Amino acid sequence: METKTQSAWRRYASLYAELWKNSVVREMQFKANFLLWIVVELLWFALQLAFMSVVYSHTESIAGWTRWQVVLLVGCSNLIQQLFTAFFLTNLMEISEHIRTGRLDFMLLLPVNTRFLVSLRKVDLGAFANAAAAGAVVVYALHRLAHVPTVAEILGFGAMALAGLSVHYSLMFLLSTVAFYTVRAQGIVFGYYNLFNIARIPDGAFPPGTFRRVFTFVLPMILVANIPTRALLGTMASPLPMALLAGIALVLFAASEWFWRRALTRYAGASS
Amino acid sequence: MMGKYLHVLGIGIQNTLVYRANFLFRAAASLVPLAGTIYLWKAIYGGQHADASIGGYTISQMVSYYLLVTLVDAFTAVAEDDWQIAAEIKDGNISQFLLKPIDYLTYRLCLYLSGRAIYTTVALVPVGIFLFVLRGYLVPPHDAMALVGFMASCALAGLLQFFLAYVMAMLAFWVLDVSTFIFIQFAFEYIASGHLFPLDILPAGLARAIQFTPYPYLLHFPVSVYLGRIEGPRLWQGFAMQIAWVVAGYLAARLAWSRGVKRYSAVGG
Repeated sequence: METKTQSAWRRYASLYAELWKNSVVREMQFKANFLLWIVVELLWFALQLAFMSVVYSHTESIAGWTRWQVVLLVGCSNLIQQLFTAFFLTNLMEISEHIRTGRLDFMLLLPVNTRFLVSLRKVDLGAFANAAAAGAVVVYALHRLAHVPTVAEILGFGAMALAGLSVHYSLMFLLSTVAFYTVRAQGIVFGYYNLFNIARIPDGAFPPGTFRRVFTFVLPMILVANIPTRALLGTMASPLPMALLAGIALVLFAASEWFWRRALTRYAGASS
Repeated sequence: MMGKYLHVLGIGIQNTLVYRANFLFRAAASLVPLAGTIYLWKAIYGGQHADASIGGYTISQMVSYYLLVTLVDAFTAVAEDDWQIAAEIKDGNISQFLLKPIDYLTYRLCLYLSGRAIYTTVALVPVGIFLFVLRGYLVPPHDAMALVGFMASCALAGLLQFFLAYVMAMLAFWVLDVSTFIFIQFAFEYIASGHLFPLDILPAGLARAIQFTPYPYLLHFPVSVYLGRIEGPRLWQGFAMQIAWVVAGYLAARLAWSRGVKRYSAVGG
């Protein structure tokens, strides 16, 4: 006999499979547009790589990072960002719209966890193509570094990339719940996009100080891509930074759940 | 004759004032990647011998370059103008302008100017604080002439930026979704205007090739004038090129509109 949790898992898995099917149908309606969006994202990724390549034509190392280590960092950062886009970004951007139009009322009535539904309704398939491109850059950079990661390094990288993904998700989910309090939350959500830019800068470039502390402990952008990259390269002296990123990811997830519940209790529907 | 456009200017200011909190947030949020870029450059210079220069820039000049880019961007960047124009075409809202004795290009230019006036005023607070913190790095204008030239080239850059956005938005007459085209164009603009890094640090051939596009005249030219990197006859050549691109942008905007409207009427029957 299967337990209650097992059947719940099974139910949500089949529900998520349905949401995937819907997303495929939706995306295939505008094929040209779908392909153009992949091109747009690839162009911006190429831009980041071009920037680093131009910079390294004038210097040998930045804060102790060599050229291909930085390419690896840019690749990892983009990989995590694209996976975040694939699973969550569109959904989180739409939350304020659900509240404004009253669609949230309808979702609250459905016999599913509402957070599950608002977070995972749509899948951005194009982002998987871009994640694959980022993955290819990561592999090529490792090849240029002549570094063959050990199994432990790959597992560490996987865990840290997941933690980074979770940080992006929790933080943006937190920001979107601000929409319960003000209708103009969309701007705040867009503002989050700016933060991705510091994720791909080598951590050593940030001197000790307020900026570094804020973007390590509060909005851990300096950690989200740097730690997975270091885990893959095995350039960390101690496992402490990994524990730190994992811990912050958990705290942020808990905080986002707490705010979500609080916001829901004071939510009175769109019509009132 | 000018009265109605002054009126549009006033309406534009009132409408954008609603978004002042949004603008403030946007201006403040954009400072985070800027700070990141400046830290990155400090680390790059830190790895080199003292008073090193990259592409002819000392560390102070490099930081100043990015600060000035932020300033010119606040003065001139289009905020929502291209999206709004494209939406007005797509939704058929431009029909009313075809009937009214109002010129759509001038109308949009007024809205753009009022939007910039409000954005610059609001952005002045966070950007001002940021500039104050980094005042040790901000080099003064090369000389009085450089300051006058900087302001003149900023004004021309604003016009060029507007015509570019206007032409891109005109694509809405031909395609259903212009956003991908706008983003692709913006990616090229981001690198070729000198937003990402000063064009002087590119390999010489590539830097020279980019000078033949309109993009450097959006950011790189005004900032170079301020820093005194372009002087004498090259300064006047630069201005001549910038003015030529503004005129070309204006003509392209007029042409795209008249072609588009012909197609639009045909579809609308």
